[in-house]
Order: sequence, then structure tokens, then C-alpha cells
Amino acid sequence: MENFLQQLINGITLGSIYGLIAIGYTMVFGIIGMVNFAHGDVFMVSAFIALIIFLALTQLLGVSSIYVAIFIVLLASMLLTSLWNWTIERVAYRPLRGSFRLAPLISAIGMSIFLMNFVQAVQGPRNKPLPPMFNEVIHVTSGGAFDVTLAYKQIIIVAVTAVLLAGFWYLVQKTPLGRAQRAVEQDRRMAALLGIDVDRTVSITFVMGAALAAVAGTLYLVNYGVVSFSDGFTPGVKAFTAAVLGGIGSIPGAVLGGLMIGLIETLWAAYVSNDYKNVAAFSVLIIVLIFMPSGLLGKPEVEKV
Amino acid sequence: MTAQSISSEAMLDLRGVESCYGNIVALKKVDLTVNRGEIVTLIGANGAGKSTLMMTIFGTPRARKGQIIYEGRDIAGLPAHEVARLGIAQSPEGRRIFARMSVYENLLMGAALGDPSSTAGDLERVFAIFPRLKERLTQRGGTLSGGEQQMLAIARALMTRPRLLLLDEPSLGLAPLVVKQIFDVIRDLNRRDGLTVFLVEQNAYHALRLAHRGYVIVNGRITMSGTGAELLARPEIRAAYLEGGH
Repeated sequence: MENFLQQLINGITLGSIYGLIAIGYTMVFGIIGMVNFAHGDVFMVSAFIALIIFLALTQLLGVSSIYVAIFIVLLASMLLTSLWNWTIERVAYRPLRGSFRLAPLISAIGMSIFLMNFVQAVQGPRNKPLPPMFNEVIHVTSGGAFDVTLAYKQIIIVAVTAVLLAGFWYLVQKTPLGRAQRAVEQDRRMAALLGIDVDRTVSITFVMGAALAAVAGTLYLVNYGVVSFSDGFTPGVKAFTAAVLGGIGSIPGAVLGGLMIGLIETLWAAYVSNDYKNVAAFSVLIIVLIFMPSGLLGKPEVEKV
Repeated sequence: MTAQSISSEAMLDLRGVESCYGNIVALKKVDLTVNRGEIVTLIGANGAGKSTLMMTIFGTPRARKGQIIYEGRDIAGLPAHEVARLGIAQSPEGRRIFARMSVYENLLMGAALGDPSSTAGDLERVFAIFPRLKERLTQRGGTLSGGEQQMLAIARALMTRPRLLLLDEPSLGLAPLVVKQIFDVIRDLNRRDGLTVFLVEQNAYHALRLAHRGYVIVNGRITMSGTGAELLARPEIRAAYLEGGH
């Protein structure tokens, strides 16, 4: 029982991070019908940006409060990663719009390889550590086989994710900007006839996806304490799996899928085999694609004309 | 609002416009004028180039040759969203309602560019024209009937506060009673509010009766023009577009 509860806590923490990344995949797919394979690497880049800013703040500028530092890191990482992703869209994807369907996909894979190698070249191939932080834990149970603990950083991860998702949901559902995004997603030609600048709306989508990936990247760094140039790939593919599981194009689906993949992975690691946890996550991808290709909350393909 | 009389001032003036789909020339040297305060209709068979002409005004496909003068300015080559911002609205072929948005959200999309403080008043205005939409406000666009979707498409276009309204086959697939209702609305918008309307139709009889002037398009070429009454009286129009009932 203790073990299960502990894995549940760990799984939800991990799932929050996957969910944040998955939104970027699902929104970009929704609006331009493309799987942005570089998104995982954008997430990795954001973790590096967070690391560099954190070190600069604490060591060069002497910011002593870790909470203040993390808050600034979060904002700065969101901003810079958004700028980065905005540029990627401008340089690597927009010129290919109207080209054959696979062209932007191939370009995205190229961008993924570029980002990985670029970070490896400028930051070196080794893991980059962050000083340990938020190590306090709350003992949820005691006296059993072992104490179930809830780490402060886990609380921070889940809380930040929840607040951001609420804000993000409001943005997409209730504001003119979000409405324009949904309109472009459904019929970009009609949106343009109503005066919506489609290119600008697509850019904003990339910016929003990157901002959420940057939050995920920062939280990932806080959680694991290290990041390396290759850390974008696996979480990226798992977040993509989460997006497919939830129904690609659906934002609530991405969050649900993220939580499910996080839980499947941790529970599998705990009860079946730690070595095969990735196999479990990706088996889900295959099973979903075969038996319910539109995912849990996805809309049937017929609506896309 | 006071009724505006028809002026001979051209609001929209197409001069020698040509456009293509791939290598196929879809419009050939089209000259067409819509004066301020008029209803002008373009009639023609399926595939004659009617919708292409509508879309060419909005820049896709781009006019390869010629000029599209709107309020004294050549707008050929402007992207669609910039054309929309100049006060031209379109209820396009197939209506293109945002199926997964509510009726209310579809209308708000029409108000996307406007001043938010005038949205409430504009909504009341379109509800006065189409009371049905007010009853359907929270319903998803995709679940509306064809007639309701057409009303929504026109209402959404009106929410942009256009000076020129383009309507692409508003009668398509609708029951005769609904067609009459829609055409009455178009007449009212023109006569009462002075809105300039460019109407593309296959339903030649209704369109020519409604319009001040009309053009006939055949294979991408304008073959005839004249007042609505003149065109209705011409035997070749009767033979090609009106025989066999309407």
C-alpha cells in the first residue's frame, strides 16, 4: 500500500511534466497539422536556459532566496524559450507551408538533431548539475514498511502545473486570442476572411507551446537536478505519446494523457520492471494507434475536411 | 440609419482581372464594377468561375493580371486578412461555419477586429435580423440546419461591420421558403441600411430580380451585363439559366 501511494505521487509529478510538454505537440498539430518533432529538444534547451540563468542569479548576482531565484528563472526561461521556438517556426517551418505534407516534418527532425548537437557542442556532452534544492519532504504516512513522502519539489511541480493549466485553459477558451487560435485550427481560410492574421496566430501557438515546455524544462531540472543535451528525446517522445493517447489536437487530452503516461511508467517500473518502463510507455502508443487512433478525448478525423 | 441612394461611384472595380488554379486559367480579363449602394449579382453555371472571382478579391488565388480597385486603392495581392480589414466581408461558398464553436463564438469571430465595446450592440442588431440565431446561441455551429448556418454565415459577416458584403451562393441547398427569407434580408440590408452587396448565385431568377445590375460569367469570361430586369428579359438567359423552373 505504501509503495503504491508513493508511486502514485511520483507518477503524478512526472505526468505533470509530460502533460506540459504534450500541450505543445497537440496545439501545433491542431493548428497546422504537423508533428513538431523538435519540441522535445526545445524542452531540453529550456532546461539549459533555466540552469544557466539559475547559476547566473545565485552565483554572479548573489540572489540568496531560492524561491525568488526559481521564480525569475521560470519567467526568463519561458520568455527565452518562446523566442527560440518563434525563431524555429520562422526559419524552419513557415517557409515550407504549402509544400508537400512531409516537408515540415522532415525539417522538424532536422531541427531536433540540430538542437541536440548545438547544445552538445556549446555545453559539452556531460550531465550538468544544479545544486540540490527543495529537499524537504513531508511524511504522508509513517510506521509502515517505509514512510511515504511528498517532497516539496513535487508539491511545487504539481502546483505550478495546475496554476499554469488553469491560466492556459482560460486563455484558449475565453479570450479573443484563444478564439482566433481555435478558429484557425478549424478553418484557417475562413479565419483569414474574418481578418485573422493566420501566420501570426500560428506563431503565437509556437510561442505558447514553448512557454509551457519551458515550465516543464525548469521543473524537470528542479526535480532531477541534472540535465544533458540528450534529455529532450525520451521525455519528448513520451509527451508525444501522451498527446496521442489523449487524442492529438485536444488540450485536456494532452494533460490527461501526460498523467496517464507518468503513472503507467512509474507503476510499471515499481511493480514489473524498471528496465522496461520505456517499453511500457511506448507499447501504449502502439496499442492506442491500433485500437483507438483518435485517442481518449480526440475528435474523429471526419471533421477535418 | 437613412437609406443611401445608389451612386455611380465605383466601390469595387475589377479591371482585366485574370487568375489561375495551377496552370488552368480560371478568370479571363474580367471587368466588373460594384457601385456604392448597389446590389450586383454574378450568375453562372457550376465551375464558371464565380467562387474563384470571390476568392480572387481576397487574394487566393492571386490575380495574375489586372487590378482590383476598392475605394480607390488597388488591393490585388493583399493577403486575405488585410482585405477583410478594409471593410469587405464574405459569406463564403459552403458557409464555412466553425463547426466546433457555438453560434455565439462564431459571431464573436466576426467581431474579432472591431472595437469590443460595440460588440453587444452589433449582436443585438444581427439578432433583430435573424431572431433564430438568438435561440440557438449556445448550440454548436456544426449542429445547425443548412438555413440556420446560412443565417449565421451572413450574421458573422455583418459582425465585421462591412461596407461591402460578398455573398457566395446563399441559396444553395436551402428550401424555397428559407431562400425567400434570406433574399428578403439581403434586400433589407441594402434598401434600409444602404449596404453594398455583391451576390454570386446559381439561382439566376431570384438573384436578378433582387439585384440592380447583373453579370453573366461563362468559362471564366464575362459574357453579358445589364440591369437585373434587362438580363431577366433576354432569351439566352432564359434558355440557359431559367428554363425548367426556378
